[in-house]
Amino acid sequence: MKKAYLGVDIGSISTKGVIIDEENKILASEYLWTEGDPIGAVKHLIAALKKQMKGKRYTVVGVGTTGSARKLIGVILGANVVKNEITAHAIGTLSIYPEVRTIFEIGGQDSKIIIIDNGIVTDYAMNTLCAAGTGSFLSSQSRRLGLSVEEFGPLALKSKHPTNIAARCTVFAESDLVHKAQMGHKKEDIVAGLCKAVVTNYLNNVGKGKKINAPIVFQGGVSKNVGVIKAFEEATGEKITVDPNSHLMGALGVAILSQKEKEVAFSFDIEDIVFETKGIECNGCANHCERICVYKDGELIDAWGNKCDKGAIRIKSRVQN
Amino acid sequence: MNEIKVNFPRFGSYNVAIEHIIKQGLDCEYIDSPPITKKTLELGTKYSPDFVCTPFKYNLGGYIESIEAGANTLIQIGGVCRLGYYGELHEQILKDLGYQVKFVNMANADFSNPLSFYEEFKKINPNLKLKKITQACLLAIKMVEVIDKVEDYIRQNVGFEVVDGTFDHLHQEFLEDLRDINDKKELKLLYKLYMKKLKRVEVNKPKNPLKVGFVGEYYTIMDQYSNHYLEKELAKKGIVIYRWMNITNSIIKPQVEEVKKSIKNYAKYNMGATSMFTIKKAIDYAKDGCAGIIHVKSFGCTPEIDAMPVLQRISEDYKIPIIYFSFDSQTSDIGINTRIEAFYDMIMMRKEQKKK
Repeated sequence: MKKAYLGVDIGSISTKGVIIDEENKILASEYLWTEGDPIGAVKHLIAALKKQMKGKRYTVVGVGTTGSARKLIGVILGANVVKNEITAHAIGTLSIYPEVRTIFEIGGQDSKIIIIDNGIVTDYAMNTLCAAGTGSFLSSQSRRLGLSVEEFGPLALKSKHPTNIAARCTVFAESDLVHKAQMGHKKEDIVAGLCKAVVTNYLNNVGKGKKINAPIVFQGGVSKNVGVIKAFEEATGEKITVDPNSHLMGALGVAILSQKEKEVAFSFDIEDIVFETKGIECNGCANHCERICVYKDGELIDAWGNKCDKGAIRIKSRVQN
Repeated sequence: MNEIKVNFPRFGSYNVAIEHIIKQGLDCEYIDSPPITKKTLELGTKYSPDFVCTPFKYNLGGYIESIEAGANTLIQIGGVCRLGYYGELHEQILKDLGYQVKFVNMANADFSNPLSFYEEFKKINPNLKLKKITQACLLAIKMVEVIDKVEDYIRQNVGFEVVDGTFDHLHQEFLEDLRDINDKKELKLLYKLYMKKLKRVEVNKPKNPLKVGFVGEYYTIMDQYSNHYLEKELAKKGIVIYRWMNITNSIIKPQVEEVKKSIKNYAKYNMGATSMFTIKKAIDYAKDGCAGIIHVKSFGCTPEIDAMPVLQRISEDYKIPIIYFSFDSQTSDIGINTRIEAFYDMIMMRKEQKKK
């Protein structure tokens, strides 16, 4: 049996997973919607990966998790590495594009920029306050225009005169879009304008003050949108590289990171295990920390969320160890 | 007449010194603000203008909680940014809410004229004695200096303690003992005693540990609750934390002219509040070989926003990563953790690359 490594990236909108071998070659991969249920999504993900791995002679000896549900899923999968998405994305991208200098990443609810010099991260930023310039903004606007997200990009490419859309804020962008549509602007121009607005918003907020050098790699769900790619190329004057696996970079990165950690035993058969989480408010003081307890088949396996020792929850299995 | 029960907003660890002024100098009872919790911030946010800076909200919530704890006289201070308007607005909001308290706004006093503070203190207790209040203030200043020295030592070592929580424990014990101090001599002895205790704490410090410098806005950088215990989070990963900004350095011994001169390549005039110090210290930390700099401010802090483009230039000139945190009443821990973890990974990778 050869060794394999699982990387899982659980975002707010989508859940991604890859299994790689020791040479970072992707053996299996899956992409599905989180739908507000990270545990359920991961169960489906693992089942799908299991199917793809059937008949292949590999054992998974490393598991990494990243994305906003990394901690929870890390506990559930018994991960040997739990990493923030900035580092995970950088490692994943560098494994394919060692020369990359700038990574644009636009996901469902957040966007980030990572600046790389000589193969290491030297600067980064994440959006903080506004969802304008993220995937969920684009998908809600496309729905408004009666388009599927998939149609969106190609339609934008047809536009010769993109409509200017105020991009500073999601709410204003939306009312501006409605206004422009009622004025009689063509749909393709509005769509192209939206792509431009996302890029402008991104470069003005997340990319503010950052030196953007080529080669630039663009990833995250929105990188599948050709309209946004084109808008980025026009705004930066550089070629934008989008990997066919651009949506998997975080998962790939964290799988690579798991290679360096102590090996763990992993089983694909988690479908029938019942994982539950419970929020328990601490009444130790007026802060009322909301602690999250994770149960596996009824047994408490981890807990967090308390700010001080007063709220610490004792975990049996850990005491025995 | 009712007893005078005075409260001053919670501010870092300095309330011990303020307590001394109020008890010994003013002969009043002191009502400590209850520890800041989510409830404090909720109360403050509920009754504050939404876009006011976050410290205003913490202060307001704290006032309400201390009124509930019995305070009937509240003090606010002034400053050279929006802080200068805090007192007026706090007073009005509390009045509108129906609280009947005396509000003493030190923003009316003039820093260049110590006697004007005396006038303000008189409003708290008309029967005060000039000699007593002067003595108390002088000792309080010394207390602040001692607090700052002790905390500097802790900050640079807490990440390496062998037994988790040892420094925290000593820190609390120190502040508790500090409350019983009556004169300079006692203070000196206490300082010596605790420095000895601190130095005896077993630490496991490597030869060249990573160093990170903190810069930023006055309140948020000093109040650990409002910056989500960022210093401690980072220190715990085995990092020496430098933070010049404290009361000793910025108020008791500020070298404004020297600072102005030393940053003239980056800023020609004072942009107010802590911005000059932020720039100066960022340059110092870069030169001193810090692996990175963390900039913290409350959301919407104008002087610090002005300092940010300058920091970006310093980052470029000295090739030092700087990350920026803006704290608001709605800031969640998750976003902060993600950024701080990434910051740590980044400085570690840079260190490893330099070794090669």
